[in-house]
Amino acid sequence: MRKLTPWEKVQLSRHPQRPLTIDYIENLFEDFVELHGDRLYGDDPALIGGIGIFKNRGVVVIGHNKGKNIKENVVRNFGMPHPEGYRKALRLMRLAERWRLPVISFIDTPGAYPGIGAEERGQAEAIGRNILEAFDIKTPILVVVIGEGGSGGALGIGVGDRILMLENSIYSVISPEGCAAIIWKDSKQAEKAASALKLTAQDLLRFNIIDEIIPEPPGGAHTDITATIRAVEESIERNLEIICSKDIETLLEERYQKVRRIGVFEEKMVPKAGVEPARSPSST
Amino acid sequence: MHISDWFSRKPKYAVLKPEKREIPEGLWTRCPKCLEILYNKELERNLKVCSKCGYHFKLGAWERIYQLVDNNDFYELDGNLESVDALPFDDGIYLEKLREDKEKTGLNEAIVTGKGKIEGFESFLGVFDFGFIGGSMASVVGEKVTRLFEYGLRESLPVVIVTATGGARMYEGMLSLMQMAKTNAALSRYRKSGGLFISVLADPSTAGVMASFASQGDVIIAEPGALIGFAGPRVIEQTIKQKLPEGFQSSEFVFQHGMVDIVVERSRLKSTIGRIIKIWKKK
Repeated sequence: MRKLTPWEKVQLSRHPQRPLTIDYIENLFEDFVELHGDRLYGDDPALIGGIGIFKNRGVVVIGHNKGKNIKENVVRNFGMPHPEGYRKALRLMRLAERWRLPVISFIDTPGAYPGIGAEERGQAEAIGRNILEAFDIKTPILVVVIGEGGSGGALGIGVGDRILMLENSIYSVISPEGCAAIIWKDSKQAEKAASALKLTAQDLLRFNIIDEIIPEPPGGAHTDITATIRAVEESIERNLEIICSKDIETLLEERYQKVRRIGVFEEKMVPKAGVEPARSPSST
Repeated sequence: MHISDWFSRKPKYAVLKPEKREIPEGLWTRCPKCLEILYNKELERNLKVCSKCGYHFKLGAWERIYQLVDNNDFYELDGNLESVDALPFDDGIYLEKLREDKEKTGLNEAIVTGKGKIEGFESFLGVFDFGFIGGSMASVVGEKVTRLFEYGLRESLPVVIVTATGGARMYEGMLSLMQMAKTNAALSRYRKSGGLFISVLADPSTAGVMASFASQGDVIIAEPGALIGFAGPRVIEQTIKQKLPEGFQSSEFVFQHGMVDIVVERSRLKSTIGRIIKIWKKK
C-alpha cells in the first residue's frame, strides 16, 4: 500500500468508525468503574475516567471520548471538554497517586471547547493547571494518542512518562483548517497546512515528542478494530511494565528532562565582557 | 540544537542599554476607544494610557521594561537565542515572517527576558511583544521562559512575566505546543522552591500561553481592558454561532469570574508588583 499523505491521516484520525476511548476501555480493562464529576461544578461527558484492572494491575483511566453518531456526539460534545473535564482528570490523577496506581490517558479530541461557559469557568486555567501538576503526580503516567490530538485540549491530559501514538493518529498545535484560515485566509488550504504542520506520528517521533508508534491495520484502525485494540494492548502492557518498574524519583526526573529538551533553535555567540554591545535592543 | 548540558553552564549576561523606542510618526495619536486626539508626548508621559478614557495602548517589550525597572537598568539574558525553521514550514514562509517582524519590532523574538530591579528588588523579568508574530510562543520563547524560572530558582529571586500573546506559534508546529509543557515543568520546580511568580496579563493574553504558565501565577494581575481567555472571540462566535456580549473575556470579566487577583492600572503596576515582592521577602 502506498504511503498516506498527512491530509489522509487527518481524515483517518477523524474517521467516524475509528475506535474510541470507550472501545479501549470496554476491551482492555476488567471491572471498569466509571467515576464522574470534578467536585466543583459538574461532570463532563467529553472527558471520561474511572478505575479498572489491566493485566492484573489496578489502573486509573482517563480519556477524551467522542460519540459514535450525531446523537452521541451531541451528548459528548464531539469530544471537546469543558474545564470540568480537565478538573475531573486531575482529580483522578491525584487519586491514582494516592492509591499508587498508574494512569493511562487516551487522547482523542478536536480541542478544548471554545464556548461561553468554558471561558467563564476558566478553560485556560484548567488546562494550565493540569499540565503544571502533571510534573508532580507521583505515579507512572502512560499517554496513548488514539485519534485526534487537538492542541492544548489534548495536552491537558497529555503529559506523561511514555507517549504512544497510533500510526494514523495526529497531534497538532492547531487544526489544519484553523491554520489554513489564519495563514492563507482560506480553510480550503487545509491539505497544505496538514503537510506544513508536521502533525503525523512519524514526524513527532522524529522530533522526540512521542516515544513509539503503534501500527494500524492496512487501511486504518477502523478496518480491523480487534487487531487495532490488540496492538494498543500489547504496546500499553510493554510500556507500562517499563515505567512501573522505575522508582518514582527517577520517573519524575525523566518526565521533566523529556520535555526540557524539546525545542529547536540557534544559540549565537555572545560578545565577551568589555566588548561594545550591539546597538539593536536584543541582538548580540 | 538541544540544550541538554545547559545546567552545567552559567547564564550569559549581555549588558545592553538600548535606546528607548521612538515616538510614533507624527505628533498626535488617536485613541482607538474614545477617538480622542492625544498629543504623543503627553501620551508617553501617561505611560501610553489615554488621558480621557483610560484606554491602555499596547506596549512594545522595551517600553514595558522601562516602565517597570528602576533607573532603566536591565540586563538582558538569552537575547542570543534565534529561531530556526525546524519543521520546515511550507517553503520558508516562516523565515520570511521572522525577518519581517524582526525588522518591524527591532527584536529578535517575541519575548525579552532579563534581570533588573523593581522598586529596589532584584527580579527576573520577561516581557512579551505582541508585535512579533502576535507574541506567539515557539521554541525560543519557551526556552527563554523556562530559563527564567530556572534562574529564579537558582538565585531565589522573583519572576515577573508580562504576557501579550495569541498563544502557541503555528510555524513551529508541535514544538510550539510542547513549550507549554516545558515552561510549566520549570514553573513546577520553581514553585516547589518557594519562588514568587507574578503573572501580568496585558492585552491580549490568550490560548497556549494562558493555558500554560500565564494562568498559574502565584499572583495574577491584569491590565484594564485586556482580552483574556483561552479561545479567541472569533473562534467562539464561529463555534456557538452567535455574537458575544460586550466585555466578554475582558480583564473585568475574568476578574468577576475569579480568574485574576487584581486589575491594576498601568500607573500603579510597578508599585503593586513591588509591594507583593516586599511581602514575599519578609520571612
